[in-house]
Amino acid sequence: MDFATFLIQTLNALQYGLLLFLVASGLTLVFGIMGIINLAHGSFYMIGAYLAFVLTSATGSLVLAIVLGIPLALLFGAFLEWLLFSHLYKRDHLEQVLLTYGLILVFEELRSLLVGNDVHGVNIPAFLDASIRLTEVMTYPVYRLAVSAVCVVLAVALYFVIQRTRLGMMIRAGNDDRTMVEALGININMIYRVVFALGVALAALAGMLAAPMSSVFPNMGSQVLIISFVIVVIGGIGSVWGALVAALIVGFADTFGKVLLPEISGMIVYLVMAVVLLWRPEGILKKG
Amino acid sequence: MNAQASLIFKLVALAVLACVPLSGESFYVELISKMLVMAIFAMSLDLLVGFTGLVSFGHAAYFGIAAYAAALLSPKYDAGNLWLLLPGAVGLSALAAFVIGLFVLRTKGIYFIMVTLAFAQMAYFVFHDTPVGGGSDGIYLNVKPSAAIGGWEPFDLGNGTHQYYFILALMVLVYLLLRRVLQSPFGRVLVGIKSNEHRMQSMGYLTYRYKLGAFTLAGALGGVAGFLYAVLFGFVTPELLSWHESGNVLLMVILGGMGNLVGAVVGAFAFEGMRGVFESWTEHWQLLMGGVIVALVLFLPGGLSSLPGRIRRALQGGEAK
Repeated sequence: MDFATFLIQTLNALQYGLLLFLVASGLTLVFGIMGIINLAHGSFYMIGAYLAFVLTSATGSLVLAIVLGIPLALLFGAFLEWLLFSHLYKRDHLEQVLLTYGLILVFEELRSLLVGNDVHGVNIPAFLDASIRLTEVMTYPVYRLAVSAVCVVLAVALYFVIQRTRLGMMIRAGNDDRTMVEALGININMIYRVVFALGVALAALAGMLAAPMSSVFPNMGSQVLIISFVIVVIGGIGSVWGALVAALIVGFADTFGKVLLPEISGMIVYLVMAVVLLWRPEGILKKG
Repeated sequence: MNAQASLIFKLVALAVLACVPLSGESFYVELISKMLVMAIFAMSLDLLVGFTGLVSFGHAAYFGIAAYAAALLSPKYDAGNLWLLLPGAVGLSALAAFVIGLFVLRTKGIYFIMVTLAFAQMAYFVFHDTPVGGGSDGIYLNVKPSAAIGGWEPFDLGNGTHQYYFILALMVLVYLLLRRVLQSPFGRVLVGIKSNEHRMQSMGYLTYRYKLGAFTLAGALGGVAGFLYAVLFGFVTPELLSWHESGNVLLMVILGGMGNLVGAVVGAFAFEGMRGVFESWTEHWQLLMGGVIVALVLFLPGGLSSLPGRIRRALQGGEAK
């Protein structure tokens, strides 16, 4: 592998890993703080991608679609939490698995009824539709770099919110001890609603950003779902930073696996997960 | 349900099942054959989920491995010998479960769920990405295995009715076997592990070995179901090992109510039955299926097998308390 190829693959791996982080961070927060196994999280990614498609067709601009789509996703998340998930906190993990599995079926069919089963492309915004020349023959699309940049900005923002704001303090406290937080007079149900809506919005945003690269297709959520769970578990449940490290590990393992070991590329991510969990059965960054 | 009512229910259900081929409708015979296969699969998972407290999200791997073994070990244009193929396929599933169990049983709780999933995904990609079993296209089992012993052929799997009774007989056998296992000291230890593993350890039980035994047995019985599936449909694809299948069988167990072998059978029938009915109504059957599942969780915790008790309590009104 020459240097230019290596560089391109590294950029791809970073971009893929960072995008997965957006999905997985919401999943790990909901998982760690609310104790909910949400199999429908991949559907939010799918819904985001379809939102990008529908809104871009309507408004003519992906940027506008994202600006409109994020509040919609936040509202949708808050609504779902109120309607369904708020009844699940005291239930068994298995019942959560069951209900959210049912939700996947519902979301996929609604998608099929509303938008159909065709594969759709989404246009890259004109000002990002360019490529950077790396060598005589190889170029790298600006859009992918922009996606990576957006993800990095969001990761930093997430860090700031969780570590430096009052809301973040309450979220972290809720992660450690729900009862104590309630006893201190904090409305934990409100925190849950905010966290859930945030998770939905992050996953939907990831879907919107991915839409021009991967195109929009049925069942795109279920691939991302399983990979995101792998990331959450490798990183340690509830740890956002663990999710970041794990997402990058998965991004690199998957991207370079496809280049170096194409025969077993599908297995590599799961192999990494099995090895990590046998080495550290509670994930890389599991808090004490 | 008291013991007598339960026994009567099982015998009536068995009698009804035994009468199905008399209807002469091959569509129903095949549909119920599939339900019986899924019932075996669900019971095998219930041993882990409902009785030992091990939630495996990768049980489809053992189902699929035996199904592939049935197709790959059979001669291409000739009938294989059922009495060699069945133990061979089941043995391979048991071996896979034993080896994977050695690793996954080191983890607990949600991590166990995810590691079983990871191993099942690896098995899925072995068949999906390599030419071992025809890649993503899958592989045909062209000729159904022959049950001949020497020159004598007790039944013919090519005949839908014979095949139905063979599957029904195996389902009853698996049920009786699991019931016997659960009554044995080994089974009591498994139930003890579910309620409190630390206590079992402090009583001197090497719980890891018991769990490994349960995991291997569940894999083997899942293999029985996978083998029958391959024989029934004559076609095996990697999708049989996918996480959707692992999820579906988990659903059957939860639907029926965990820790209840009859519940697992009821769950399998209810799941496949709902799927059949909804599919005949609309191509968007998954919407109905998903809606029913969501409603069941919200309004019927404890699964379908908790219904008789609920109805009885409702009829008795408040006096039960």
